[in-house]
Amino acid sequence: MIKVDISRKIKTYDGNRDLVVSHSFADLSITRITGPSGSGKTTFLKLIAGLIKPDSGTITVGEKTWFDSKQKINLSPQKRRAGFVFQDYALFPNMTVMEHLTYASQNKPLIHKLLATGNMQSFVNHRPAHLSGGQQQRLAILRALATEPGVLLMDEPFSALDEELRIALIADLKQLLQEIKTTCLIVTHHPAELDGLAQFTLRI
Amino acid sequence: MELGPLWLTVKLALITTIILLIIGLPIAYWLSKSRSIPKLFIEAIITMPLVLPPSVLGFYLLLAFSPQNSFGKWLQEALNIQFVFSFEGLVLASVIYSLPFMIGPVRSALNHLPVSLKQASFTMGKSEVQTFFYVLMPNIRSSVLTAIVLTFAHTIGEFGVVLMIGGNIPGVTRVASIAVYDAVEQMNYPLANIYSLFLFALTFVIVVSVFILNKVSVKSPLE
Repeated sequence: MIKVDISRKIKTYDGNRDLVVSHSFADLSITRITGPSGSGKTTFLKLIAGLIKPDSGTITVGEKTWFDSKQKINLSPQKRRAGFVFQDYALFPNMTVMEHLTYASQNKPLIHKLLATGNMQSFVNHRPAHLSGGQQQRLAILRALATEPGVLLMDEPFSALDEELRIALIADLKQLLQEIKTTCLIVTHHPAELDGLAQFTLRI
Repeated sequence: MELGPLWLTVKLALITTIILLIIGLPIAYWLSKSRSIPKLFIEAIITMPLVLPPSVLGFYLLLAFSPQNSFGKWLQEALNIQFVFSFEGLVLASVIYSLPFMIGPVRSALNHLPVSLKQASFTMGKSEVQTFFYVLMPNIRSSVLTAIVLTFAHTIGEFGVVLMIGGNIPGVTRVASIAVYDAVEQMNYPLANIYSLFLFALTFVIVVSVFILNKVSVKSPLE
């Protein structure tokens, strides 16, 4: 169970406002996070990953406290090791597909399983610049899963892809999440695209 | 003609570049991380050698390190280091003088990298040092190379600051640019011409290589 009860001041185009979220995510559940532009969806994911600090509140994952403003606990992103799929993918231009995965994990059998499930075996020596948009997207997801995260955070992972590719990738993701069990939070602008994948919806 | 000044110039530029590479990269990273008022002042001080007359910088270094003043005296008595009229002094002055040439390109390149690269590496459990060497540095390689070449070239072109703190001691502080000045003072134009030609050729090759580097960097994987 991931329990989030936080508040953080965010800047939007029409001034400052408070992002307040109080929600629990069941283990191994898949939740889509929706809301209008500027509502703080991306900020919410970064708050969980430890990339942005909440002003107040608590974040607990299982028995572990990741953040508690009263007890002054704030685990670094390195200690939280949340899997994060960035909207711009954040692939490393200098690394090949294989180097991305070995940078994330030493677990060879897992890497091979990920490559097989993600259909990326033929591209292990390719750098991001030589991958298609869909392949880059898949690599970003595989890299996040390679760290065997307790929680997978995805920031609009399908927004840059066309309809056909999106449907194919969502099917792939579904299979990946069945194999590699993790709690998953997906920010999306088009909630309907995750019908059949997401079990819950959180609106912020 | 003696080769001493030419060798001294190359030696000074090499040592300065190596020292600046070691201290410049961490400073550039630190400056690229976030902005604050104290940082702004430090950045301004680092950038000053770009606009300050070299003689002014040399004058203050001379004052600071002169054994007649307290700091210079302490350096000499406690640590047996003398920066005035010595090769060590030239190195120190060059490091300060060329600092912006190493830090500028590297800091600017780091600022242009998407912040998500660093964040992705952090969420994978990698420390700042690991992220710096495995993710950030390899993706700004061409800018680091440009900074190295510019630092080297700028050190070769030094005159005022070197003359102020180092003087004109053959084999110790008489670098090629000073040898040119010295030869002209003695009306020995052929000798001045040889040193000048060497400096001209060397800096020309360096500037051309910077242009080639920049052309290559346009095709970098980030583009």
